[in-house]
Amino acid sequence: MMMTDNWTEIEAASEAALPEPVVAFIRQHRGMAHSESQLIATLHMVQAANGFLSREAMQAVAQLAQIPLAKVTGVATFYHYFRLHPRGRHMINVCLGTACYVKGADKIAQRLMADLGIQFGETTKDGMFSLESTRCLGCCGLAPVVMVDDQVHGPVEPADITTILGKYIKKDKGPKAPVTV
Amino acid sequence: MTANQINLTIDDEPIQVPPGTTVLKAAEQLGIHIPRLCYHPHLSLEGACRVCVVQVEGFNHFLTACSQEVWEGMKVQTNSPQIRLARRDIIELLLDNHPMDCQTCDRDGICELQKQAYRLGVRERLFAGKRKQYPVDESSQSVVRTPEKCILCGRCVRVCEEVQGVHNLSQHGRGFNTVVGPANLSRMDESVCIMCGQCINVCPTAAFLEKDHTERVWEALSLPRGVKHIVVQPAPSIRAAIGECFDMPVGTPVTGKLITALRRLGFDAVFDTNFGADLTIIEEANEFLRRMQGEGPLPLLTSCSPGWVNFLEKFYPEMIPYTSTCKSPMSMLSTLVKTYYAEKKGLKPEEIYSVAIMPCVAKKFEASRPEHAMADGTPYTDAVLTTRELAWMIKSYGIDFVNLPDGEFDRPLGISSGAADIFGATGGVMEAALRTAAVKLTGKELGPLEFEHVRGVTGLKEATIQVAGIEVNIAVSNGLTNAKTILEKVKAGGKQYHLIEIMACPGGCVAGGGQPYPPTDMGVLDPQLPLLRAKALYKIDTDKQLRRSHENPAIEHLYQDFLGEPNGEKSHQLLHTHYQARLPRGIR
Repeated sequence: MMMTDNWTEIEAASEAALPEPVVAFIRQHRGMAHSESQLIATLHMVQAANGFLSREAMQAVAQLAQIPLAKVTGVATFYHYFRLHPRGRHMINVCLGTACYVKGADKIAQRLMADLGIQFGETTKDGMFSLESTRCLGCCGLAPVVMVDDQVHGPVEPADITTILGKYIKKDKGPKAPVTV
Repeated sequence: MTANQINLTIDDEPIQVPPGTTVLKAAEQLGIHIPRLCYHPHLSLEGACRVCVVQVEGFNHFLTACSQEVWEGMKVQTNSPQIRLARRDIIELLLDNHPMDCQTCDRDGICELQKQAYRLGVRERLFAGKRKQYPVDESSQSVVRTPEKCILCGRCVRVCEEVQGVHNLSQHGRGFNTVVGPANLSRMDESVCIMCGQCINVCPTAAFLEKDHTERVWEALSLPRGVKHIVVQPAPSIRAAIGECFDMPVGTPVTGKLITALRRLGFDAVFDTNFGADLTIIEEANEFLRRMQGEGPLPLLTSCSPGWVNFLEKFYPEMIPYTSTCKSPMSMLSTLVKTYYAEKKGLKPEEIYSVAIMPCVAKKFEASRPEHAMADGTPYTDAVLTTRELAWMIKSYGIDFVNLPDGEFDRPLGISSGAADIFGATGGVMEAALRTAAVKLTGKELGPLEFEHVRGVTGLKEATIQVAGIEVNIAVSNGLTNAKTILEKVKAGGKQYHLIEIMACPGGCVAGGGQPYPPTDMGVLDPQLPLLRAKALYKIDTDKQLRRSHENPAIEHLYQDFLGEPNGEKSHQLLHTHYQARLPRGIR
């Protein structure tokens, strides 16, 4: 009889798309009652290993765990914690908390978006910066503040943005290969 | 009164109901209809829309009647001023995040949101907030997704998962940014969608609709006479349902009026998909008998339902060798129209425009498959209209459907047996096949006619039938979750099944994704709906002289004149197809 099944190839491709411990974790729970409730734990493992959840990785999780892909991507887009795109080398967090906001944080945010050409939750094409907003960093005395990686800058004026970004761009320039996006 | 009854009052009326009854159902027993949107009696509870809120004594917040179970001494108010205001506000908020294009919307007048807004007294729009804006996804050949019209009730998500086992749809994101769509919010044609269209049927608004083919049909019909020979074929289920669109009772057979309406629209020849159905039975019964004699694997799975075929290719590709290679009745007839009929009429295939009226949106995709195209790439079926689309065209043309005289199908591709009519009901293909197979197996011209155990809308039916001393194990399934069950049983081994009929839609084609939205007193997925429509088909069947497909004289003539032998070389070339595993693979 003609072989029309594609499962062997799909299983192999799915296993190849995921870190080995994730495959082992899924295997360990496969067939158990309520194994689909391990979905979030599985996605955590994938993100810990890869930094984000790629479409390929989510498809692989869906196939190996036999959880519908729509459910996987539904969960991944529901939780703020899960990232669907690779993170930039530098994480910019603009505080939009009350104190920063009344001190003009929205103008800082606008300037950052204009300079970087991205919106909140996005990463620049060169993979250098990711932009996020946050609510209060606990240093309202410095408002408005911008946090880049683990360093807090404040008080910040829109005009300061170019200088702040410049520092990181300069630091990164050199023989280092850019991170693929 | 039994002891385990719960006593409560709804709007000060005392009532006793069994424990576990919801407030919504208890109220219905008192004749109180609590408004609802996300609630669907045949799907799981969602409790998302909050339209069914009620006031309960002792609570300072409102409870949802759809999900709240009753308790002893409960006091419910369904119509207090606060409740009325809250419901109106809820609908108003939904409307303010909804396009204001009712007049140009396909569901104008048959939209549940619109009806609720009117009923609950929304007369002005007070909340002019931000409105979600998303592009329309027209990538699918069958189903158009318009997320702007979605009110996030989740009925489509539930029908896709719970009834069809496809789980193509899910809520993505959260809060204001929530969108219902396929995985990754990718295009529908890149998803695991099997195009059954049940999402269209359960959607309260126009967030899901069929891909429009009326434009191309109007265009063909408005060509100067003689430019194209325009041929039409309605599927069996159309005659049992289209009357509903003209306020006729559910289950009214309207074959004759349907034919007249098609002629008045300007079709040059009105043929019958039934002819294709009879032909399918001849080919499929032959295929079945050959497999019973050891040529090819058993069980034989039917292949008429294009939603099932899509499911087969995406979810169960290993079952492809079991599936009948017969084209569907629509595609068989369309093929004959552009070959046999064209030859007879002295027309070139490209001079014919072939339209099919189907209870189905997956048929639109089937028609677009390259396997169902001629050598030059033009499809055998040029357009597929759903029952709803045809009903709209008839109304738009000003045809008084209810008072039309009866017409008759054109010959020869309009002659059919009663076995073909019942194709529209779940179990109908099986019964039609058994009528012919029984005769072929016994070699006697009189076999059993009616196979009661394959009738009815139960999701999965199994039976063992004695035919010519041979035990034939059969199964009939409708709704793809039931297909999964039977396919898993086949794969598990043990019982040897011989013939399995699979239809994608719950209740069969009569309740297909292209059928009329049901009247208000009957919901989609209500088993009464396919039962009544099927009853109309069984009535047509019993009223016919010809009850077995192989008795159809036009079919006999077709083989003598054109095709040669059933399952012969020409039949294989024209009437059979092939399947292949397709991606993305679904999770089962």
